[in-house]
Amino acid sequence: MAKMKGAVVVNTDRCKGCNLCVVACPLHVLALAKTKVNAKGYNYAEEVLEDACTGCTSCATVCPDGCITVYRVKCD
Amino acid sequence: MNREDIIKPGNLVYEKPVLMNDNDMHYCPGCSHGVVHKLIAEIIEEMGMSEKTIGISPVGCAVFMYNYIDIDWQEAAHGRAPAVATALKRLWPDRLVFSYQGDGDLACIGTAETIHALNRGENITIIFINNAIYGMTGGQMAPTTLMGMKTATCPYGREPELHGYPLKITEIAAQLEGTAYVTRQSVETVSAIRKAKKAIRHAFENSMAGKGSNLVEIVSTCSAGWKMTPEKANKWMEDNMCKYYVLGDLKDVE
Repeated sequence: MAKMKGAVVVNTDRCKGCNLCVVACPLHVLALAKTKVNAKGYNYAEEVLEDACTGCTSCATVCPDGCITVYRVKCD
Repeated sequence: MNREDIIKPGNLVYEKPVLMNDNDMHYCPGCSHGVVHKLIAEIIEEMGMSEKTIGISPVGCAVFMYNYIDIDWQEAAHGRAPAVATALKRLWPDRLVFSYQGDGDLACIGTAETIHALNRGENITIIFINNAIYGMTGGQMAPTTLMGMKTATCPYGREPELHGYPLKITEIAAQLEGTAYVTRQSVETVSAIRKAKKAIRHAFENSMAGKGSNLVEIVSTCSAGWKMTPEKANKWMEDNMCKYYVLGDLKDVE
């Protein structure tokens, strides 16, 4: 079976740190930044396990602010 | 394969809908409104109706909805969105007309407009966001507040003797002759969001096909009003809201 590799890009300026993407990700790729905040003062979401992402789009689907862009490629 | 090789326009599988602009939404973190806004923008785009859609924004948290989705909008007086939608659809039958209302707007001050617009079978879609609380004004009791639920105006919990019972307006709408499609959905998980998207699309298609009025209730969270984290609010909604407001299609006329 072909393996999927994905990557997510979080619009950190728009992110409100609601944590819903972190909960939705089945592979725990995302986490809220512990020590960094954006201009609004929120601990934004960021990729912490880059290699695990399969590009399933769960995080982007649940994101209420549309902060997440997902890319996916098939690896043979 | 490294990250730079994956992040290329050809590999894009999900991005913010094109119709949703870059204005920062004023909603609290984790608010269900954002998800529903995104779904509406995606559906209008997929249907190719971006130049032919008119939304009616309500009074309530979604009052600034016209700032976020790039379609035509009309702001209505509190609760009067279905009446404005009726006029717009009758004057412009080729337009996709929908109203977007919260529980205070639709089920309290606008009950008469809602029920009569649905009963007349106007070819419009009403999107009803039910979060069981008045979010914008500071978390007061709404008609849809659950029994025993604590809000700013019922701090000891809602009691039937004092406050009456939660209003199931979607069940009422399902009994009206004029409605074509009445459904109740939620947006707390990926699968629920996909189902809700299908429901809204079906409602929009029905209203363009002239089948009658459509009501899509979205059982939502209000993490700020409920005083919970967005994650806990979703769980609380599944455990409490979805038991009283049972999800699923209530009416679907072929």
